[in-house]
Amino acid sequence: MIPQENAGSGIQSVPQGVQDSVPVDPETTGGNLIGDFLAWFGNLGIFFWQVVRAAATPPFEFAEFFRQMDEIGSKSLPLVALAGAATGIVLSMEARYSLTRFGAKSLLPAAIVFSVIHETGPIITGLVVSGRVGAGIGAELASMKVTEQIDAIEASAVNPYRLLAATRILACIAMLPLLTLAADACGVVAGWFAQALAQPLSFHQFINSGFQGADFNDFLPPTFKTAVFGLIIGLIACYQGMSTKGGAAGVGRAATSSVVLSSLFVILADVVLVKIIIVFFP
Amino acid sequence: MTTSNQTWIQPASDPGMRRRKVAGNSEPAVAVKDLHKSFGSQKVLDGVSLSVPQGETLAVLGRSGTGKSVTLRIIIGLEKTDSGSVCIQGEEITGFTIDQLSGVRKRMGFLFQQAALYDSLNVEQNVAFPLVHHKRDMSKAEQRGRVMELLSDVGMENHSQKMPADLSGGMQKRVGLARALALDPDILLLDEPTAGLDPISSGEIDDLVLKLQQEHQMASIVVTHDLHSAKCIANRLALLDKGEVVIEGTFEELEKSDIPFVKDFLKHS
Repeated sequence: MIPQENAGSGIQSVPQGVQDSVPVDPETTGGNLIGDFLAWFGNLGIFFWQVVRAAATPPFEFAEFFRQMDEIGSKSLPLVALAGAATGIVLSMEARYSLTRFGAKSLLPAAIVFSVIHETGPIITGLVVSGRVGAGIGAELASMKVTEQIDAIEASAVNPYRLLAATRILACIAMLPLLTLAADACGVVAGWFAQALAQPLSFHQFINSGFQGADFNDFLPPTFKTAVFGLIIGLIACYQGMSTKGGAAGVGRAATSSVVLSSLFVILADVVLVKIIIVFFP
Repeated sequence: MTTSNQTWIQPASDPGMRRRKVAGNSEPAVAVKDLHKSFGSQKVLDGVSLSVPQGETLAVLGRSGTGKSVTLRIIIGLEKTDSGSVCIQGEEITGFTIDQLSGVRKRMGFLFQQAALYDSLNVEQNVAFPLVHHKRDMSKAEQRGRVMELLSDVGMENHSQKMPADLSGGMQKRVGLARALALDPDILLLDEPTAGLDPISSGEIDDLVLKLQQEHQMASIVVTHDLHSAKCIANRLALLDKGEVVIEGTFEELEKSDIPFVKDFLKHS
């Protein structure tokens, strides 16, 4: 479906286009899978453009943005911290066994720290947030869509792309790196704890050994790549929610597809971003 | 935006917000011409033309699926027409972008069929929503005063802290109506205001709409199945069938009509 630049209603213009080219959800459709996927991807691109345009023009919805930062960031923190800690413990146990076999037990702190901050912290954060936040945003916006609340926002002369989508997407982008820091910290501390239980080692020694030789290139790019994960999660969840139809069943589909698609695209993006980081931050 | 021959007066009892228009408009408040709209292969509107002067109420009647609500959604820009034009107070809005439409929508209030209240906000916050977004210069106290005034108008001042889920259908419609009136619109669009309500609640909503009409002198379009309600609140009625306006006029003119569909509709209403 073509972009409707001059469509009377902003929110309706894209979903209308989406609806005309249904099925839009590649996760639940059969048949012409490639064509459906391309249509979905094209509509997602149009939606993204509408959101960028709305976000770049005043009035800015700061209150809603900060509310979403709290909703997405602080309320995800316990889950992300727990997942990060569990990952640190598992890494510690697994790496200890492997490194001992190869006589490289002294490298255990570095192995844990580098694994956590390079890859497991960011990807675990991305996946946990896509599960919690992706489903939440998808279901909330889909529910608003099927009960005409989004139409009511638009009828009140408020741009729903700005109020609903841009605030959530920007909050995801802002909060993912911060949540990743929390996951990293919990992973490292839990990794030390698991290591210390097996063989006494002070936290100071663990950190010194773990971060020996590390620089900002080991730390900043992997942390800030999660901002891209935030964009993916927010964008897909908002799009799936705001383009849904079909009552309660549509709400369920939007929630499920938000999680499945955002998780899938987070993993795919990670592959690309890791390669880019290796090339540009060797 | 106002047309050049409109005059605004400020009622002494209501400083700041309430403005009322005095007659003298040559342009109709709402004029739609030759609207066509299809959803896929299903043709919903096939050349609908309607016009509502400022201060008048038009009731749009017809069987289910004849495009009444779609017409209303096209007027406020929630649906895009395939062809035809929509003019609001002389301003052609067909093809407007969402930001251009925003200016027009501030002059319009819309009551949705299911009220469409924001379920995460309480009654007061629902009514305050347009004020929060468009009257940023108003203080919180002024906003609250305006909200309570609107809630009082619709008889809901004692329920301001309730959530939409705690309200009956009739109460939700009242709150929806208060929200639609928050920006003191020139044009009010009502989509099935009495649908799903018991006869007493329907009558109360009709009385409320009539009272608000008389107070605010808005141009209104009411989509309804309820002939009694339409007769009560509208100056003129338009009957739609198969995406076309079959007849438009006063209730008496409809009663005198020889068109079989009109006779049939009136007989079964």
